[in-house]
Amino acid sequence: MKAKIHVTLKSGILDPQGKAIEHALDSLGFKNAGNVRVGKYMEVDVNETDKVKAEAQVKQMCEKLLANTIVEEYRYELQ
Amino acid sequence: MKIGVVVFPGSNCDHDCQHISQDVLGQYVEMIWHKETLLAGLDAIVLPGGFSYGDYLRTGAIARFSPVMGAVKEFAKKGGMVLGICNGFQILLEAGLLPGAMLRNRSLHFICKDVYVKVENAATAFSGSCESGQVLKIPIAHADGNYYTDPVTLAAMQANAQIVLRYCTPEGKVTPEANPNGSLDNIAGIINAEGNVLGMMPHPERCAEDVLGNEDGRLIFLSMLESLKGNKKQIKMVGA
Repeated sequence: MKAKIHVTLKSGILDPQGKAIEHALDSLGFKNAGNVRVGKYMEVDVNETDKVKAEAQVKQMCEKLLANTIVEEYRYELQ
Repeated sequence: MKIGVVVFPGSNCDHDCQHISQDVLGQYVEMIWHKETLLAGLDAIVLPGGFSYGDYLRTGAIARFSPVMGAVKEFAKKGGMVLGICNGFQILLEAGLLPGAMLRNRSLHFICKDVYVKVENAATAFSGSCESGQVLKIPIAHADGNYYTDPVTLAAMQANAQIVLRYCTPEGKVTPEANPNGSLDNIAGIINAEGNVLGMMPHPERCAEDVLGNEDGRLIFLSMLESLKGNKKQIKMVGA
């Protein structure tokens, strides 16, 4: 199965990159754009056919390594 | 004293730490490759600055799983002194040996310059040779030094005098303008509750000898040596 994982800073944590992009969008005339959040996108092949088991593993990967849960949150989809 | 300097792939301040400890302060230094799993006969361990594992994923995120980190944790658990500088500080955070996490600098820039830090707690094993409230000029060199922790942890650290170094003006005023990276509460260095693990973003090894024009960083290493000798200073109140 393939896991598609998104890691972003938690809401409420200042995202300086997001802010910089927001300013850039604003100066390009996109006046209705706001609250830009920058994150990471990762794809991981998990050699597992059982979706429940695969999901448990991906969750562990996120908790242990892929996200720092003090400042980041993650979400994933399995295909 | 026997000081171990851990070398991760991508460490680049390891030899500076070795030089200061060995050549300037005359101590025995052992370089420890990150694959080592046993740390025997050491009095203190330094996790040096650099870009371990290229800072991939997050700073320190991969280094914390290096084989040596199990032994470092064990060493710290037994009360051994561990100093993490810059990337070493980031690794200590990721490893959970110190609370909190690092965010990208507020300005998004890599900042390499001298800054001033105030010694808020001069009663630790890493700051005992400083005066309480003393201002040190030490360079920083990082892109991810914007310290963050949750309000509960911050309050506990403040109450416990665990914030050892804070960014300040040359006169010692802790102001938002003196904060180079957006760090919470101007935090530049913190210590664990047990008092044997310190992480700091400024690089004391880069300003610890006369020939470099600044010796302020030497005080951090001297404090460690004095503490190892058992010359603990009497506890002084911060700001007294």
